[in-house]
Amino acid sequence: MKVDLTVNGNKITADVEDRMLLVHFLRDVADLTATNIGCDTTSCGACTVLLDGESVKSCTVLAAQANGHEITTVEGLASNGTMHPVQRAFHEQHGLQCGFCTPGMVMAIVSLLKENPHPTEEQVRTGLEGNLCRCTGYHNIVRAALAAAEVSS
Amino acid sequence: MIPSSFTYKRAGSAEEACDLAAEYGEDAKYLAGGHSLLPLMKLRLAAPEVIIDLGGLRDLSYLTDQGSHVAIGALTRHHDVEHSGLLARELPLLAHAAGQVGDPQIRHRGTIGGSVAHADPASDLPAVLLALDATLVARGADGAREIPIGEFFQGLFETALEPGELLTEIRVPKPASGGWSFQKFTQRAIDWAIVGVAVQGNHVALVNMGGTPLRAAAVEAALAGGASPADAAAHAAEGTSAASDIRASRDYREHLARVLVSRALTEAASRA
Repeated sequence: MKVDLTVNGNKITADVEDRMLLVHFLRDVADLTATNIGCDTTSCGACTVLLDGESVKSCTVLAAQANGHEITTVEGLASNGTMHPVQRAFHEQHGLQCGFCTPGMVMAIVSLLKENPHPTEEQVRTGLEGNLCRCTGYHNIVRAALAAAEVSS
Repeated sequence: MIPSSFTYKRAGSAEEACDLAAEYGEDAKYLAGGHSLLPLMKLRLAAPEVIIDLGGLRDLSYLTDQGSHVAIGALTRHHDVEHSGLLARELPLLAHAAGQVGDPQIRHRGTIGGSVAHADPASDLPAVLLALDATLVARGADGAREIPIGEFFQGLFETALEPGELLTEIRVPKPASGGWSFQKFTQRAIDWAIVGVAVQGNHVALVNMGGTPLRAAAVEAALAGGASPADAAAHAAEGTSAASDIRASRDYREHLARVLVSRALTEAASRA
């Protein structure tokens, strides 16, 4: 089927299988490989992207369901070479170790801060319940989220 | 993991969805948020030949005050149920429980109607709506009909919906009085409940204690007879048929049911 998605502001039209998952569309059709496939079972959050501004797990959305909608991946956050505040906070707070969960964590936090610009530490921790870090580096990830909220205020 | 091949159809209206379902019959399946069905399709536990996507039916996403009850469109997302001011005032049990479903990403996609129609006994909202005595509205070829939730869940993933019938609305009566509580025991934050309990006043419903969500009739009878929360909770496993699986044995689930019902009744009493 023909789908029409806006990814990071760019319109992408493609003929895809009806069963294609959004994460495969992003990686294999749009050639945006920052979005990782982790558990592939809606658990780990590595594939988190924004659909119309809200975090979703792209392994559990069909490309067809996203037809006509706007997707933002981590590649779409920086503007003119300047990192997004959440990206910068990850850099400054050492919010990553191996980096595999990072794109999903960043997108989950962007969505979280959009809904709740000044979360408590507990709200950040529960807000990230859908994202697993296999290095168990949660502490600095939470710090990065709080630092990004501080910068944006 | 990729689902087996299917044909994708996007419905533009509830009427069109029902027409498509009539056209494709048993080969077709409705897709709401997709967070129950797509995982099953990826595991090839479900392999519908036609998917009828309801995602475009924005007119089935609403929460409205109808005086004695709140009407909720079947395609209202968990996120919107969780953050509804109307529900926070009138049905705090439902708003709170919706915020316990999965994780934020799942709540951005999953819908209340999808969860109910999927009828997984481990899901939170079916038991919550059972405790709240909800009425479901379904639309089929012969028009709309109301189904009391007590008659809706018929078995594991089995409901009173006829083939092709579309769940369109959930009507939840405003509780006259009584406190509420929702208890859920999981291994990890986003897991399904090993056991869950929803309490509204003297209504007690159980998550994952049988093939369907259940009302804890023996607990309710004990409460009606004047038993204390602790004494009533001792009856929590009566009439249940919990499974043993990788997460927990049947005995452990029965123990959890008694403990969680006791906690839920105590918390509900503190809110009454």
